[in-house]
Amino acid sequence: MSDQQQLVTIEIDGIPLQAERGAPLIDVADAAGITIPRFCYHKKLSVAANCRMCLVEVERVPKPLPACSTPVNDGMRVHTRSPMVLAAQKAVMEFLLINHPLDCPICDQGGECELQDVSMAFGGDVSRFRERKRVVRNKNLGPLVATDMTRCIHCTRCVRFGEEIAGERELGLIGRGENAEIGTFIEKTLTSELSGNIIDLCPVGALTSKPFRYLARTWEIQQFPGVAPHDAVGSNIYIHVKGDRVMRVVPRENEAVNEVWISDRDRFSYQGLYSEDRLQAPMIKQEGRWQSVDWETALIAAAAGLQHVVQNDGPDAIGALASPSATLEEFYLLQKVARGLGCHNVDHRLLAQDFRDQAHAPLFPWLGQSLAELGKADVILLVGSNCRKEQPLINHRIRQAVRRGARIFVLNPIDYPFNYPLTKRLIANPKEMITHLAGIAKALNPKDPSAEAIGIPPNASPKEVEREIAEALRTGARCVILLGDIATAHPQAAHLRTLSAYIADHSESTLGTLTMGTNGAGAWIAGALPHRKAAGQNLETPGLDADTMIAQGRKGYVLLGVEPEIDCANSHLAAEAMINAEFVVSLTAYRTRPMEDYADILLPIALFAENTGTFVNAAGSWQSFASAVTPPGETRPAWKILRVLANLLDLNGFDYMDATQIRDELQVLVQNADSPEKKDRWRPEKLGEKVAEKTNDKQQLTRIGDMPIHAVDPLVRRAASLQKTPDAGEGVIRINSKLAGLLGIWEGESASAVQDGIEKTLPVVIDERVPDQCAWLPAGIPSSMGLGLRFGSIEISR
Amino acid sequence: MPENILSEHAQAEIDRWIAKYPPEQKRSALLAALREVQHENHGYLTVESMDAVAAYLDLPPIAVYEVASFYSMLETEPVGRHSVSVCTNISCLLRGAEEIVEHVEKKLGVKTGETTLDGRIFLKREEECLAACCGAPMMMVDHKYHEDLTPEKIDEILENLA
Repeated sequence: MSDQQQLVTIEIDGIPLQAERGAPLIDVADAAGITIPRFCYHKKLSVAANCRMCLVEVERVPKPLPACSTPVNDGMRVHTRSPMVLAAQKAVMEFLLINHPLDCPICDQGGECELQDVSMAFGGDVSRFRERKRVVRNKNLGPLVATDMTRCIHCTRCVRFGEEIAGERELGLIGRGENAEIGTFIEKTLTSELSGNIIDLCPVGALTSKPFRYLARTWEIQQFPGVAPHDAVGSNIYIHVKGDRVMRVVPRENEAVNEVWISDRDRFSYQGLYSEDRLQAPMIKQEGRWQSVDWETALIAAAAGLQHVVQNDGPDAIGALASPSATLEEFYLLQKVARGLGCHNVDHRLLAQDFRDQAHAPLFPWLGQSLAELGKADVILLVGSNCRKEQPLINHRIRQAVRRGARIFVLNPIDYPFNYPLTKRLIANPKEMITHLAGIAKALNPKDPSAEAIGIPPNASPKEVEREIAEALRTGARCVILLGDIATAHPQAAHLRTLSAYIADHSESTLGTLTMGTNGAGAWIAGALPHRKAAGQNLETPGLDADTMIAQGRKGYVLLGVEPEIDCANSHLAAEAMINAEFVVSLTAYRTRPMEDYADILLPIALFAENTGTFVNAAGSWQSFASAVTPPGETRPAWKILRVLANLLDLNGFDYMDATQIRDELQVLVQNADSPEKKDRWRPEKLGEKVAEKTNDKQQLTRIGDMPIHAVDPLVRRAASLQKTPDAGEGVIRINSKLAGLLGIWEGESASAVQDGIEKTLPVVIDERVPDQCAWLPAGIPSSMGLGLRFGSIEISR
Repeated sequence: MPENILSEHAQAEIDRWIAKYPPEQKRSALLAALREVQHENHGYLTVESMDAVAAYLDLPPIAVYEVASFYSMLETEPVGRHSVSVCTNISCLLRGAEEIVEHVEKKLGVKTGETTLDGRIFLKREEECLAACCGAPMMMVDHKYHEDLTPEKIDEILENLA
C-alpha cells in the first residue's frame, strides 16, 4: 500500500485535515494546533485513557469519545467545542477536583500546573461536592522527588514512565476505588537514573523536585536554553534562573538528542554550582600561604611561572591536562597556548591508559551513527560499558531498540544490571575481555591469515557464546558494536578497539564509541591531544599522553577543570606527580585540599550554566550555549583566562572578542582539513607491544575501578542530592564468594586493599557479579582516593 | 533467592496455573499464586512472600503489590485465623443485617476490619451482596455461606470456630 492510500481525510471543528489512518485523534489535533485538554495522555507514553479529559464529540457516535484512544478514520467529523464536549469537560473537571486540595498558593506546581490551566480553561467555577476530601499520606521516594500525594489525580503517567521508559517499574497504583493511590507500597528510594522525569510528567503538584522545593515561584523564574554537561549525549536543557541563581534544570525537547527526557545527573547537578568550596577569586600561594589576588597579578604570576619552567627545562617540561567536559573553545585555546610555548603535552584522556592506536584514530571517536539510528539497531554488542549509568540516554536508545526486538550482548568485567533483557552476557576479568573479543573475531573469520597480526591467536577456539555473538552480528541487518567507558579506560584499550574494528569489518557492523565526558569528541576536534593539532592534523613528533605525563612527571602543569587525584587513571601517581611538580597552575571552579597542597596558582573558572561555549556530542553534533547566570565572585570563563594568559605570554593569534570567534576559527580549520584521519572510525591495526604493568604481588588480583554515575566530574561530585542516592557509589570492596573463601574474608568484615604501596581498609561485600580474581572498588569516591590504577593489580587481605 | 520461601506445594500449584496460559503471559497466574501463598501463610501475604511470587513469575514486585492491594480477598496485614464478613446490601439490610453486624461486633468485642485479641477471628468487612439474597441475612465465614441468620445461630457458628 502506498502512503497515499494510508491517508484519510477527517474534519475537526470544521477544518479538513489529512492524517494517517489509525493515528490517535489527539495527535492529529495537536499537529493541527487544535487544543484538546488532557492529563493522562503523553505522546511518549502508552495510552491509558483514564482521565477522560480529552473527550470529544464524533458525529454519528452517541456519546463523547476520548481523543487519545480514538483512531482516526476516513470521513470522521469531530467537534472539540460543541455543547456536548463543553458539558463533558466541565463534568470531568469537577470529578477530578473532588479530592484535589485547594492548596495552589503553597504548591510548587502553581503557575505551571496542567490542572490549574485546564481547570481555568475548561472547568466550572463552582463545585457541588460538599463532602470531606480524602487525604493521602506522602511517600518518601528518596532525595530527588518530593511527594504531595493528596494532589494526585491518578493519571498514571509516572507508573507508565517506569514501565515503558525507565525500564524499571517502581511506582504503582495501590488499592482501588476511592482508596487507590500512587506509591511504592513498601518505602523505597527510586533507583532509576531517569527518575526525575516523573516530576515533569506529573500534571499536578503530586511529584515535584525535592531540591527545588519552596525556593521559587515559577513566575519569578527566567528560562535560558543550555546543554547538559555530564555525558556524551549533551542533553538539551532549560536552566531556570531566579535572581542570577540557577534554581533548577528541566529538559528542553530535542527529538534528535534527548527527546523529552534528561537524566537525574543532568537535572540535579546544578547544586554543585553552589558548593561551599567554590573558588571565588584568583589565589596565589606565597611562602606556603594562600592569598586572594586580582586577576592581573594572578595571570602575570601564571605566565611567569610557565615561562620559568620553559626557560629552565624546555617546553617539554610542561604538561596540560584538561577535563573531557571542558568546552570546545577551552580545549582549542588550551592547546593553542601550550603549542605556542612549544609544548605538545596536552591531553584530555585522563582515564585512559592505552594510546597505541592514537595515530590511526578517526578525526574524533564517535557513536558512528545518529542516536535515532541506534534506537533502530537489531543487534548490539556492548563492550566494557555500564551503559545504563554511564550514558543514561544512550542506554534509553538501546532500550528502544530492544522494544523493537533487538538482541543485546554485553562483554563486561562486572555483571551490571540492565533495564532490558540481555540475550547473552560475557562477564570476564579485564584480561579475559580481550580473549573473548578475539574469540568472536575468530568465529567470524576462522581462516584469516592476517588475523594474527592484530592479536587474534591462531590457535584460538571460540567458545559457544562467542560463536553465538559472531553469528548474531553476521546475520543481523543493523548491527552495532559500542565501546563504553570501561573499554576506553581498559589497560589494553587499543587492543579492544582493534579487535572490535576487526569484528565490525567482518560482520558489517557499525562501530561506535561512547565518548568520554561531555565533550570527548570536541577535545579531539579541538586538538586537546599530544599527537594532533586542531582539526586532526597529525604531528610528526607527538607530545606525551595523559598517562605518561603523570607517570613520568612534569616540572609544570596546567590543569583545566581537573582534580587529577580523582579524575586520572592512577589516583596515587597523579597526586604524586602534582606534589613533585615545581609549578602547578589550576584553572578550577573549586578550591580543594589536595590542590592547596600542590598548586601554586588557582584561577576560578565558570561552570556550565555560567559559561559560553560548545559541546560536541557522541553523535557529532556541535551544540553551542550561552551563559544563563553570572559566575560567582571574580570567576571568569576559562576561554577568557586562556586568552589573557596567551597575551601575557606574548603569543600571537589570541585576539578573540567572544567565544563564537574561537568556534568559527576552529570550524574553518575542520572544513579545510584534508587529513587521512578523517575516516569515520577506528580500523583494525597492528599494535606495538604494550609495556606490561610491573607487578610484584603474588595474588594476581585485578581491581575493577569503574566510575560511579555521580562521580564523573567535579561538578556532579558536589551535587548534594545526587550524592544521597543509591547510585553515589559505596566505599566497599566487592569480591565474589570464591575469592572470599580463598582469602578467608566474610561479608561485612573489613579488608585491606593495597595498590602502589597505599593501603585502604574498607568493608567487604560478597557479590557474585564480580568475576574470579577481581576486586570491584570504584574510583572517583573518597574511599578509594590515593589508590593506584583503576584497572591495575591490587592486593586484598584481612 | 527469594523464591525459596515458596513451599514446594505452592510452587507446584503456581506451575499448574502457569501451564494454563501462553508462556509469555506468566503474569496471568498471579491471582492463583497469591491465593495459594496467602492460604499457606495464615490468611495474609507478607512483603517477602509477594516478592517471592514476583520473582517466580518474572514480575516487578510493585505489579504484585498492586494486585494484592486491589482485591479484597487478598490481605497484606496479619489477620485472624478465621475470616467473617457480613453482607449489608439491600436484601440483607431489609432483613436486619445492621442488627446482625452489631451482634457480631458485640459478641467478638471488635469493630469491622479488626481481629479478636486471641487472633481467632477476623471480622473482615461489611460485604456488598454475595448473591445469596434468598437466604438473607447472610454472612460468609472462611468462604462458606451461612444464611437466615439469627443471633443464636451466629453465636453457635462463631463458638464452633477453632
